[in-house]
Amino acid sequence: MADEAPFQLLHSELIHYIYQSEHGADTDNARNITKLEAMGFRVGQGLMERLTKDTARFKDELDVMKFICKDFWTCVFKKQIDNLRTNHQGIYVLQDNKFRLLGSLSAGKQYLEHAPKFLAFSCGLVRGALCSLGVRSIVTAEAAVMPACKFQVMIQKS
Amino acid sequence: MSRQSNRATDSKKMNSELFTLTYGALVTQLCKDYENDEEVNKQLDKMGYNIGVRLIEDFLARSTIGRCQDFRETADVIAKVAFKMYLGITPSVTNWSPAGDEFSLILENNPLVDFVELPDNHSTLIYSNLLCGVLRGALEMVQMAVDVKFVQDTLRGDNVTEIRMKFIKRIEENLPAGDE
Repeated sequence: MADEAPFQLLHSELIHYIYQSEHGADTDNARNITKLEAMGFRVGQGLMERLTKDTARFKDELDVMKFICKDFWTCVFKKQIDNLRTNHQGIYVLQDNKFRLLGSLSAGKQYLEHAPKFLAFSCGLVRGALCSLGVRSIVTAEAAVMPACKFQVMIQKS
Repeated sequence: MSRQSNRATDSKKMNSELFTLTYGALVTQLCKDYENDEEVNKQLDKMGYNIGVRLIEDFLARSTIGRCQDFRETADVIAKVAFKMYLGITPSVTNWSPAGDEFSLILENNPLVDFVELPDNHSTLIYSNLLCGVLRGALEMVQMAVDVKFVQDTLRGDNVTEIRMKFIKRIEENLPAGDE
């Protein structure tokens, strides 16, 4: 499948469905976001299992994050993360200046309020991917000016 | 410490796995939300339709394929160009009806069901029904009304997956009066 159009269209159908379905009759935004996130989680988990099948063992947490930023991101979003920052205490901020799934929305601030639903699935993807490498985390995302966005990963120490 | 990656060869495959897994998550959610399989099938078809009406634009822009002369040519384009482009497979076109308005697409392997097994209580679920919707939606945008359905499915124990397409009619464009 040389092409990314099917995935993008499927992704927007997914959002459309979750927000339209009578089962989500609660127009409760938070619950819809949770549903999307949960779907992403499953996908991220499965994808990471396949992706790391033949790779070497990871050295540490930072190594894992680098893998997410490079290989995982390239595989899913066709580019690498533009900037990775950490406070070395379990918080990582991944910045993507041109996030693929926000590409279909007009740039700038006009539709900023709709950004969260376009990011929820991806948050789940990252959390699922980390989880399958044995790293528990909380992932949130925010977009200040589209199509740029930031993912914040908080590692959960057990 | 750069990791040995065989990404170049992998990326195509991974992209299709991303799609397959996402689709799986969607079907799972639908099965949770709806009581019976018919409803799920209907919903999948509807979503496919929505995808199809938009995918056709991408397809026409990318493939630079012009108008098809007849339904046979349409069938060939669907099988050899469209399926190849978006799913990486080339189904064979067979079982033409004598009138030439109905044919089957035989899928030897269906990437959508790569990781799938149907549980017993979902025996009437048409897992890949999205594809029918996509085909219907896309063709409708090029003025063709078609009827699309699965007649065989490997998930349900058949040897191959078979999609049956039937040409219904040409959709005449109804331009509003005085708008030509």
